[in-house]
Amino acid sequence: MTYREAVRQGLREALADDPRVFFMGEDIGPYGGAFAVSMGLLEEFGPERVRDTPLSESAFVGAGIGAALAGLRPIVEVMTVNFSLLALDQVVNNAAALRYMSGGQLHVPLVVRMATGGGRQLAAQHAHSLEVWYAHVPGVKAVAPATVADARSMLLRAVEDEDPVFVFEHATLYPREGELEDGDLPLGRAVVRRAGTDVTLISYGGTLWKAVEAAEKLSAEGIEAEVVDLRSLRPLDVETVLGSVAKTHRLVVADEGWRTGSIAGELGMQVVERGFDLLDWPPQRVCSAEVPMPYAKHLEDAALPSVERIVAAAKETLA
Amino acid sequence: VTVHSEAAPQLEREHALGLLHEMLRIRRFEEKAAELYSLGKIRGFLHLYIGEEASAVGVMQTLEAQDAIVATYRDHGHALARGLPMGALMAEMYGKANGCSRGRGGSMHFFDASRRFYGGYGIVGGGLPIAVGLALADKLQGRRHVTACFFGEGAAAEGEFHESLNLAALWRLPVLFLCENNLYAMGTALDRSEAQPDIHVHAQSYSVPGEVVDGMDVLAVEEAAARLARWVRAGEGPQFLELRTYRFRAHSMADPDLYRTKEEIARWQLRDPVATFIERLQAEGLLAEADLDALEAEVAAEIAEAVAVAESGPWEPVESLTTDVTGPQ
Repeated sequence: MTYREAVRQGLREALADDPRVFFMGEDIGPYGGAFAVSMGLLEEFGPERVRDTPLSESAFVGAGIGAALAGLRPIVEVMTVNFSLLALDQVVNNAAALRYMSGGQLHVPLVVRMATGGGRQLAAQHAHSLEVWYAHVPGVKAVAPATVADARSMLLRAVEDEDPVFVFEHATLYPREGELEDGDLPLGRAVVRRAGTDVTLISYGGTLWKAVEAAEKLSAEGIEAEVVDLRSLRPLDVETVLGSVAKTHRLVVADEGWRTGSIAGELGMQVVERGFDLLDWPPQRVCSAEVPMPYAKHLEDAALPSVERIVAAAKETLA
Repeated sequence: VTVHSEAAPQLEREHALGLLHEMLRIRRFEEKAAELYSLGKIRGFLHLYIGEEASAVGVMQTLEAQDAIVATYRDHGHALARGLPMGALMAEMYGKANGCSRGRGGSMHFFDASRRFYGGYGIVGGGLPIAVGLALADKLQGRRHVTACFFGEGAAAEGEFHESLNLAALWRLPVLFLCENNLYAMGTALDRSEAQPDIHVHAQSYSVPGEVVDGMDVLAVEEAAARLARWVRAGEGPQFLELRTYRFRAHSMADPDLYRTKEEIARWQLRDPVATFIERLQAEGLLAEADLDALEAEVAAEIAEAVAVAESGPWEPVESLTTDVTGPQ
């Protein structure tokens, strides 16, 4: 099964299992979703529960918040993280704040899914990785499923959650094949994807697979890297990361966000704060170059984290 | 039978005194709040509704217990008219734990889930999408409720206003949009910020029936709101009411009010919704001097009690600073 089909399967189960769930977003109906995720759902569940919206990100994300306040479980699709900026007012000022600002009277069980990330030559308005902007905000959860199994199970967990959950699906993952075994991990938990002893590689989402490939290359050279999939960006499961660093004493974070103010920076700082004595080398990070994403393939490749840069960073820690 | 009668309705005494009582509660509560602000008991931003009382009071008469309300940062009047306990509001402005938002919201952010009072929103236009969603949920669940969404005319310049009107109309959602047009977006006059200053015309461009009412006349507001709310409740889709009103005080306590003339304010004060209603009731023989004294005394006692509730309320312990950011994990 593909990642795309797994997300669709999650949507289908959520809609089938709970009458409070409905799904809305741009072109999710007859078009089938900008990434073909929702193909067939309109026919299966009807136009009341699978609702095409106008190009009004702020209004339909806000309407999702309002519907959640009134007892429903909306799942909102925003086409890409770049487009989601039009709804950031609703996210930060309302979704994230209402539980707290109301003294705990209200809560917002809302799920917002969106595609994120580069690698498809879409230039500077369709290809950024802005997950960290959401992960910055108290009151929301931000998750990034990397596997086919997580694509389904994390969505279902998000729908069950009592707080707003933002699900970031790296756009290059949709055609990826994998097994759909039942995941039983909590939403906020990181997981070791590959065991190793020499260096810890942390990543999430689309970049996770570059870290896995880097680990295989390193293994061919006799270096055994442990790969940790963060899965959740807020909350951050620093315990699992520290557990791995306690074994390897070396840390590389691969994160498609821009370096300044990145998830990688936050994670590195938390590891230094809490596990300074565990480290034999300064934590390293592999992030996107600090440029708006370029169109040309060779430039985009140079801007994004690559397997080679992850390998080089890992070797640096072992120098 | 026409739904909209031009003839003045027979004014029933008990109802009229009820309207006056509600307006007086808001007026005197806010006068007290201003006084407490200068004493430093209330801090932050304090936006007074004085002059606009007829709007909240007239509209709220038409709403039922299960209807939803979305308000703005100028939310004292709406909260009081909706029946939130005055003591909980005063305590909230004091920042006390017995406040209606447990001291986390303050003057701008009153909430009461039990009364479906979904809060005062501090971002201009930010409450409109929320109202659309509340109405969508009611419609999808087959509940015949109205979501009353209050905002100022300044919101008409925000994208969220236009997106929300379109979405509500497109999906025929039960929202009663209530634009309290007090002519100034903070200090910017309407004709300096809107190419089309007739705000209800914007609504009509989204196929939302829109009309204008004298927001200084509580009876006119009540009549118009009741009529539009009936349409909304009947499933006819959203309706839009522009309430022409005026705030007698500055935008907030921090505003030196340099952008309006004293003459303009004085002119509007001739139309004071409370004073003119009192005059009307007296002229119609419905309000004796003793009645007014009794109402004022009742309101004064309620305010004294509210201040006592706020003064004696406990502070939220600092240990609870991070509770209710998210639910139990």
